[in-house]
Amino acid sequence: MVAAVTPLLEVKNLSKSFNSFQAVKSVSFDLYPGEILGMLGPNGAGKTTIIHMLLGLTSPTSGEIRIFGLDPSRPRQREKILRRMNFSSTYVAMPYSLTLRESLMVFARLYGVRKARSRIDLLVEQFELKEVVDRPVRTLSSGQMTRLNLAKAFINEPEILLLDEPTASLDPDIADRTRTYLLEMKRTKKMAILYTSHNMQEMEEISDRLLFLHHGEIIARGTPDDLVARFRGEDLEDVFLKVAREVRP
Amino acid sequence: MKPYRISAMFLRHIYLYKHSLTRLVEIFYWPLLDLLVWGFVSLYITKLSAEGKSTPNFLGIFLGALILWDILFRSQQGISVSFLEEVWARNFLNLFVSPLTIGEYLASLMMVAVFKVVVVFLISSLLAWILYSFNLFIIGMYLLPFMICLVILGWAIGILTTGLILRFGQQAEVLAWGVAFLFQPISAVFYPVSVLPRFLQKVALAIPASYVFEGMRSIIFGRTFPVGHLVKAFGLDLVYLSLALFFFFRMFRQVRAKGLLAKMGE
Repeated sequence: MVAAVTPLLEVKNLSKSFNSFQAVKSVSFDLYPGEILGMLGPNGAGKTTIIHMLLGLTSPTSGEIRIFGLDPSRPRQREKILRRMNFSSTYVAMPYSLTLRESLMVFARLYGVRKARSRIDLLVEQFELKEVVDRPVRTLSSGQMTRLNLAKAFINEPEILLLDEPTASLDPDIADRTRTYLLEMKRTKKMAILYTSHNMQEMEEISDRLLFLHHGEIIARGTPDDLVARFRGEDLEDVFLKVAREVRP
Repeated sequence: MKPYRISAMFLRHIYLYKHSLTRLVEIFYWPLLDLLVWGFVSLYITKLSAEGKSTPNFLGIFLGALILWDILFRSQQGISVSFLEEVWARNFLNLFVSPLTIGEYLASLMMVAVFKVVVVFLISSLLAWILYSFNLFIIGMYLLPFMICLVILGWAIGILTTGLILRFGQQAEVLAWGVAFLFQPISAVFYPVSVLPRFLQKVALAIPASYVFEGMRSIIFGRTFPVGHLVKAFGLDLVYLSLALFFFFRMFRQVRAKGLLAKMGE
């Protein structure tokens, strides 16, 4: 069913080398509307480099990226793409001296969001940040900072969302509610989500398809059940351990 | 007090200098600049006394020079420190994955620089008037075009510094505080260009700020408005700004290729 729809994101033979080190080796994949694609792999597998190339933060050595049919390496097309896309990572933060509301207002303006105030109110409610919305960002706990980053990622109602370990510093309750929200967005808004996490249970629960990366290559792809079966694992965590320890299917 | 713990912390700082050329250079940088600036100021005063000339309006020259120098410095800081604030806050990635273009980002930093300059100029001029009865506003309108020249030069130095920080990371951070001062001794801020040794006079001819400060002294001494100085300052400013922008965009392309843009933001 999914294959009949035009992909929002297409990656063909994407490679990236840093001097003699090849971080990403001829990677190809698509992302469709209303799909959550999980990227798994040990540290240094190339997941973050791929996300950075999709965002135009790192230029590819070779290969092709098309997002909404546009080329992100061209500045004008990149600008058009980024209006309809967003990103969140545990490893980035927000200006410490601004309040949450001010930070979100800056991003609402950057993304040209109409009715920014009501959008911010909605997101603050959604990510349970209402009590701290007028507090400076520097006073937030790491979990609150992660939720603020997620609220920022939803500010422009993106059609594509790139999430780099978005629940890494959330407690199990908030992480669960975040996953529920992502699944709801996927279902109701047909949002396409590219997701990385080291939480295998989470990946199993949330992903429609998975890409398994190792040493910059996709060594396996499929639904979570497919991968568990192919690697003859007990669950995704077991599969991950086999991949990390160089066991091929 | 345990000597081994004190020595551990001493070692920690020595390791830092071992790995950072900019920090090592900084140790010598500020004393050398102070020596140059105050040495040339002393030469200027000695020269005037030796020639038996009447004492010029030192209050006007020094206060005016200080206030104008701060315009250049704040303008540069408006660019490079505002950029660093995004790096320190780990907000850099969030900005560069938004539709914000690099041109728009630089334009916003230039606006911040102008805002800082206006605030600093108003406050320091007011304080100079209250504390020293030095009213810069009387000659302010004549100085305005020269102030604009300093703002543009500040932008150029700020953009250049930001390009270097982008390329070499946070170890190049000290440049944000120090690069503008490199121009101070040869810009003849507190003394005429003629006080400088001949080879530095030639260097000063290529610095827009030296025309600005010579122009300022002309205005304070009540001479005719130095149109020539203004034209040269503007012309050089345009060259400096163009070169700084070219350098910045080149650095930006390089850091994208090397994956350093993403690293800087995390």
